[in-house]
Amino acid sequence: MTEELHQVTLSVNGVAHEVTVPARRLLSDALRHDLGLTGTHVGCEHGVCGACTVLLDGRPTRACLMFAVTAQGAAITTVEGLAEPDGSLGPVQQAFAECHGLQCGFCTPGFLTTITAGLRDNPTPTHEEAREMVSGNLCRCTGYQNIVKAVERAAELGRTAKDAS
Amino acid sequence: MKPAPFRYHRPATPAEAWETLAADPGAKVLAGGQSLVPLLSMRLASPPALVDINAVAGLDAIEIRDDGVHVGALVRHADLLASPEAGKVQPLLARALVHVAHPTIRNRGTSVGSLVHADSAAELPAVLALLGGSVVAGSVRGTRTVPAEQLFVGPLESSLRPDELALGAVFPALPEGAGVAFGEVARRHGDYALCGVAALVHGDTVKASYLSVSDVPTVVDLTGVPEEELGDVALQHLDPVGDIHATADYRAQLVRVLTKKVVRQARLDRLDDREAR
Ligand SMILES: Cc1cc2nc3c(=O)[nH]c(=O)nc-3n(C[C@H](O)[C@H](O)[C@H](O)COP(=O)(O)OP(=O)(O)OC[C@H]3O[C@@H](n4cnc5c(N)ncnc54)[C@H](O)[C@@H]3O)c2cc1C
Ligand code: FES
Ligand code: FES
Repeated sequence: MTEELHQVTLSVNGVAHEVTVPARRLLSDALRHDLGLTGTHVGCEHGVCGACTVLLDGRPTRACLMFAVTAQGAAITTVEGLAEPDGSLGPVQQAFAECHGLQCGFCTPGFLTTITAGLRDNPTPTHEEAREMVSGNLCRCTGYQNIVKAVERAAELGRTAKDAS
Repeated sequence: MKPAPFRYHRPATPAEAWETLAADPGAKVLAGGQSLVPLLSMRLASPPALVDINAVAGLDAIEIRDDGVHVGALVRHADLLASPEAGKVQPLLARALVHVAHPTIRNRGTSVGSLVHADSAAELPAVLALLGGSVVAGSVRGTRTVPAEQLFVGPLESSLRPDELALGAVFPALPEGAGVAFGEVARRHGDYALCGVAALVHGDTVKASYLSVSDVPTVVDLTGVPEEELGDVALQHLDPVGDIHATADYRAQLVRVLTKKVVRQARLDRLDDREAR
């Protein structure tokens, strides 16, 4: 059986991409294989680990639990879209670097997207809320303490940036 | 870990969706995909076609009517949880929804999809059963209302026919002077519960609904049962089984502990309500 292909326009980090994919192409695979955006990582491929988390119209969403065809019309943000326009690190990325919020880095893209949206919705999380913000993402290396610190540090950086502007 | 090929349909209206379901037998509805896509990826399911309802117009509303909260088939768990009106009319919804997976899954998964998926370890089926709510389904034959007690027929089995589209669900409003509460124990926050209990206290009536300790969401009438016996009476109607996550005995113990605790919270909820007025 030759598989039917679909033309899909994926809007990723503000750029529209045309891809031709079978309906069963997962969004995570479309991003990585069809668009070459390998920042989005794939761990479990069944929604549990959070490595593939992207922002879909601003909301954290598992890219491995969606088909690319379904994402037609939505605005997708991947980890590649989190840097500042001049290419320097965004506040959450900077906080991860400062707080040693990563070791191997496999889980990091999913944490960065999740936290970016989390701090947008709640710019001043309590310690408890910072932990809750990352509770749906798994990390096999860090033991999470430095990731939670990075959430709090990123919130701080966000506030400083606001005061400065 | 990749789904098998399938034909893909993306209808724009409910009528188009159920016509497609009728015309392509074996097709499955794709809503939030948070349960279906893992099943497809693991090839535990390989339907010949999917009917993606994410572009269907008019299914994303939360409406408050006299009889309760009407939830459209495309309302995501996160939207229902964030709705202050829904929370006011039926506070049990938010109390249960915070236990449904993680926020990221709730952003995409639909509340109605969770009902139709009919997982006895899921929170919302137990809530719908306790409240006596219903699901409205449409097909080429017309629309019909399926009450909760007829909806859940077996593990992961609802009584919707293969060509029916669930259009929405109705969660009845909390009656005046009634109290509700929800509690569960999971290995990790956000995981499926080892045991969960929802309780409703109204006048002398006490009812509790259970997840993860029977094949289908089970409602037990505990009216008039002394506090110390609540759990054991409930267990006569439940069938906790052991698995990799917990032994049957441990689950039974959770039934005892949680029933007492959650029923007590529901009684207090009723008192709080009175004082507020
Ligand atoms: C990591 C993880 C953890 C989770 N933890 C929990 C948890 O703790 N508690 C919990 O309750 N759930 C949990 N879920 C499941 C989640 O709540 C799902 O979103 C929900 O069960 C199904 O909703 P959906 O919209 O994603 O449905 P889908 O996955 O799209 O569909 C599920 C099934 O329902 C059918 N269906 C869906 N909508 C309709 C409709 N309108 N008409 C007819 N048929 C329909 C589909 O054909 C399919 O068979 C978890 C999921 C993941 C990935
Ligand atoms: S790869 Fe998507 S959640 Fe693990
Ligand atoms: S840094 Fe290695 S998995 Fe998180």
